[in-house]
Amino acid sequence: MNFPILSSLILLPSIGALFIFFSKSSNEKYQSSKYIALFISIANFLLSLYLWSVFDKSATEFQYVENREWLSGYVNYKVGVDGISILFILLTTFITPICIISVNATIKHRLKDFLVAILIMETLMIGVFCSLDLVIFYLFFEAGLIPMFLIIGIWGGERRVYSAFKFFLYTLLGSVLMLIAIISIYWITGTTDVEKLYEIGIGEQYQNLLWLAFFSSFAVKTPMWPVHTWLPDAHVEAPTAGSVLLAAILLKMAGYGFIRFSVGLFPVASEYFTPLVFALSLVAIVYTSLVALMQEDMKKLIAYSSVAHMGFVTLGIFTMTQQGIEGSIFQMISHGLVSAALFLCVGVVYERMHTRLISKYGGLVNIMPRYAIVFMVFTLGALGLPGTSGFIGEFLILMGAFKKNFLVATIASLGVILGAAYMLWLYKRIIFGEIINSEVRNMIDLKKFEIVILFLLVAPIIFFGFYPEPLINSVETSVSSLLELYNLNINNSLALK
Amino acid sequence: MENLELILPEIFISLSIMFLLILGVFKKNSALLIYNLTTVTLIILLALLLNLYQVSELSIFNNSYKIDKLATFMKLLTIGSGIFVMLTSSKYIELTKINKMEYPILILSAILGMMVMISSNDLIVFYMGLELQSLALYVLASFNRENLLSTESGLKYFVLSALSSGLLLYGCSLIYGFTETTNFNEILQNSKSGQYGLTFGIVFVLVGLAFKISAVPFHMWAPDVYQGSPTSVTTFFAILPKIAALSVFIRFLYVPFAEMNDQWQMIIVFLSIASMIFGAVAAIGQKNLKRLVAYSSIGHMGYALAGLASGTNQGIQGSISYMAIYLVMNLAFFSCLFMLRRNNEYYENIEDLSGLSKNHPVLSFSLLIILFSLAGIPPLAGFFAKFYVFMAVIEQQMYFLAIIGLLATVVAAFYYLRIIKIIYFDKEKEKFETNHHFGLKITLAISTIFILAYFVYPSWLNQIVSKINII
Repeated sequence: MNFPILSSLILLPSIGALFIFFSKSSNEKYQSSKYIALFISIANFLLSLYLWSVFDKSATEFQYVENREWLSGYVNYKVGVDGISILFILLTTFITPICIISVNATIKHRLKDFLVAILIMETLMIGVFCSLDLVIFYLFFEAGLIPMFLIIGIWGGERRVYSAFKFFLYTLLGSVLMLIAIISIYWITGTTDVEKLYEIGIGEQYQNLLWLAFFSSFAVKTPMWPVHTWLPDAHVEAPTAGSVLLAAILLKMAGYGFIRFSVGLFPVASEYFTPLVFALSLVAIVYTSLVALMQEDMKKLIAYSSVAHMGFVTLGIFTMTQQGIEGSIFQMISHGLVSAALFLCVGVVYERMHTRLISKYGGLVNIMPRYAIVFMVFTLGALGLPGTSGFIGEFLILMGAFKKNFLVATIASLGVILGAAYMLWLYKRIIFGEIINSEVRNMIDLKKFEIVILFLLVAPIIFFGFYPEPLINSVETSVSSLLELYNLNINNSLALK
Repeated sequence: MENLELILPEIFISLSIMFLLILGVFKKNSALLIYNLTTVTLIILLALLLNLYQVSELSIFNNSYKIDKLATFMKLLTIGSGIFVMLTSSKYIELTKINKMEYPILILSAILGMMVMISSNDLIVFYMGLELQSLALYVLASFNRENLLSTESGLKYFVLSALSSGLLLYGCSLIYGFTETTNFNEILQNSKSGQYGLTFGIVFVLVGLAFKISAVPFHMWAPDVYQGSPTSVTTFFAILPKIAALSVFIRFLYVPFAEMNDQWQMIIVFLSIASMIFGAVAAIGQKNLKRLVAYSSIGHMGYALAGLASGTNQGIQGSISYMAIYLVMNLAFFSCLFMLRRNNEYYENIEDLSGLSKNHPVLSFSLLIILFSLAGIPPLAGFFAKFYVFMAVIEQQMYFLAIIGLLATVVAAFYYLRIIKIIYFDKEKEKFETNHHFGLKITLAISTIFILAYFVYPSWLNQIVSKINII
């Protein structure tokens, strides 16, 4: 396999962005730019589908590895995929075209710049998921701040400046500690190559501090309680497409980082800090669910529900069981689809009414029946009803958690109930009831392109709800080899003591 | 006589200065001609220096003048940025009516002084170079003599700089008193451990040097001088003297006093931490862009010093890479400043940038890149600069310095973001003129592309810099 398929995946959106940036469009609406962006992102999706189909699901090692000299003597440009990362790449390439279609309604000015930012974002996100070198990973991870800052700041709502700054500075603050840890790893082991680091391992005496440094970055990005406060702000102010990217993919970078780096590189420290992660996850699940119940703003409610769902993810990862980790990955993919869909749904009504306050709505079922149906599917997906993808993830995570600790699992189950409460209540207040606000009567049902994007999201949510096998199948080997490595390290360290 | 080949660049620049002076005296209205001839001189100098690049290490003039990789590379940086400074500011000096024939000649003299500083291997030679450079800079700072701020800044710079030169000389005399020599290599041989007088000498010299690169707590002059001087001179100030002073820092610390590094390391660490923190915090409230650059350059010098504090070749190389990337970013930033022109008047307040992105998308995109790079966000060049420095710092397990430094970048990111916010998120104002001088455009284009595309092949700078081994 000589064709550098991963690098093409990474580079293609950037090339498209470059092309759009330099192309001059006489048309005020930038139709041609939009078609170029759409074309590029769909091509990228097809390319990643092809990658998934030729990918060998039974192999434990990384595949399609590209290793080039980059910063000579220190760092190589190394990318590769395993069963875990390929799913996230697919998620990224699937969500991006949907974002691009959705700009039709939501972005009123500087469309060209917006498309450039989204395509650059896609490059960086794919880069994060397939980099196999810590420095390269950091590069992609951090670079994403620039386009996201602009997306929130230029196209956002009223308090966009505050939110953009908060988002940027919070994430940067978390990440600089990770940079120190990465450089330290280089001097401790002589390499930042993830595959080599898996082999040689990092000395136990260093692991705790390094783990904390990585944790500070991932915890902010996940976001875990108590550093989650940037997320509701960022979500509320970001334009719809920005919220979708943020919820669907950016948050997953941290979950992916936990699996790949925290668990993979620092097994002993991960074991040591498991109670901390459990505690923070449980607080996130229960507390933010309660907070979500009290929200009056639709986007804020969904943002808090994201924090709760990501709490499940971190909980699942640190159960260190096959089910728990698989469940976390599944939950991340499913939440990527569901939260993207929910934000798009909010975008649909926001674009018609220009308000996100729940109290202004009510009785939409009479006016927009089609909207009511798709929104129902996503609501049920978010609360994890059997038959939707949300169920599989939560079920597997809880299964893993029960294996590890009964009490933790019981409290986490409480979160499932709360999740159902706030989602159903949200649905009830918006869709059912009397029409109080007369403006609601003037709303029109879903337009054609909205139907397209929402149904594109309905399909995988239901499909994977009934038939999760393709996803589980692709991560199974990678997760079990990760756990094998993990258990080996833990046993070694116990034997030494 | 064959040794003269090694100082051919210095000889050439001295002769050109004299020739241009005579030309300026006898030929009327020759300002523009001399300006252009100066640029040509600098380009020829660059060629002469490239010719010297294969020399690995040679000392001349009784071992008081050194031509080695460090000297040649730093001189290349100095002259290269000198050329770009000349290219960017030609239109500016014409419009602000400071296009006198002395202006380019003073710049050449300052560069000559810097070249002597960079190569010096002797306290006296070093001081000569320093004073030649400083004298030229005093005049340059107050060159716009009808402007109150400019004269003030010249005077301020002169008084404070003279004070620091005095301290520096006092330090030199202490060192001479304890080691009976002014030559760097001989100082190394003659110094015995436990000589506290020597330590005092080092401290005084370091104070003088810290003043030149405006490290905290010797930074007071920088904001006023940066703001008051003509922008073309500020560009010069922000880049060239720092390269020269940093190479003296390297040579002074690592040749004669390499073995006393436990004595001076704490000082450098303090200077570095104080500069990083102060540079980040003090810049937040600034309204004037030139003043803001002054504070940001204070912060950047802190990072360059952090590399030196590590006491290894890796650290020195990190600092040198930092300077190389820093000068490109500053050059790019000042090019943008020169473009903020409306009706033959230059604007330099942050508010003037408001909504720039609507009317000038390309200029604001460059500014975006430059500012994110100054903040050290990957994958732009500024990130790599910090990366190299912190590689060296963490190798020596100076975690405290590394953590403070990186936290300071987060604070600093705030004020860079503020400018970006004003450019991109705020309401637009009147358009600026777009017919810029060719040299200005090309400088901005080259430097922005450098910053943006640096990550594609970052090892080239490493390969050059890794040949500089001082220890």
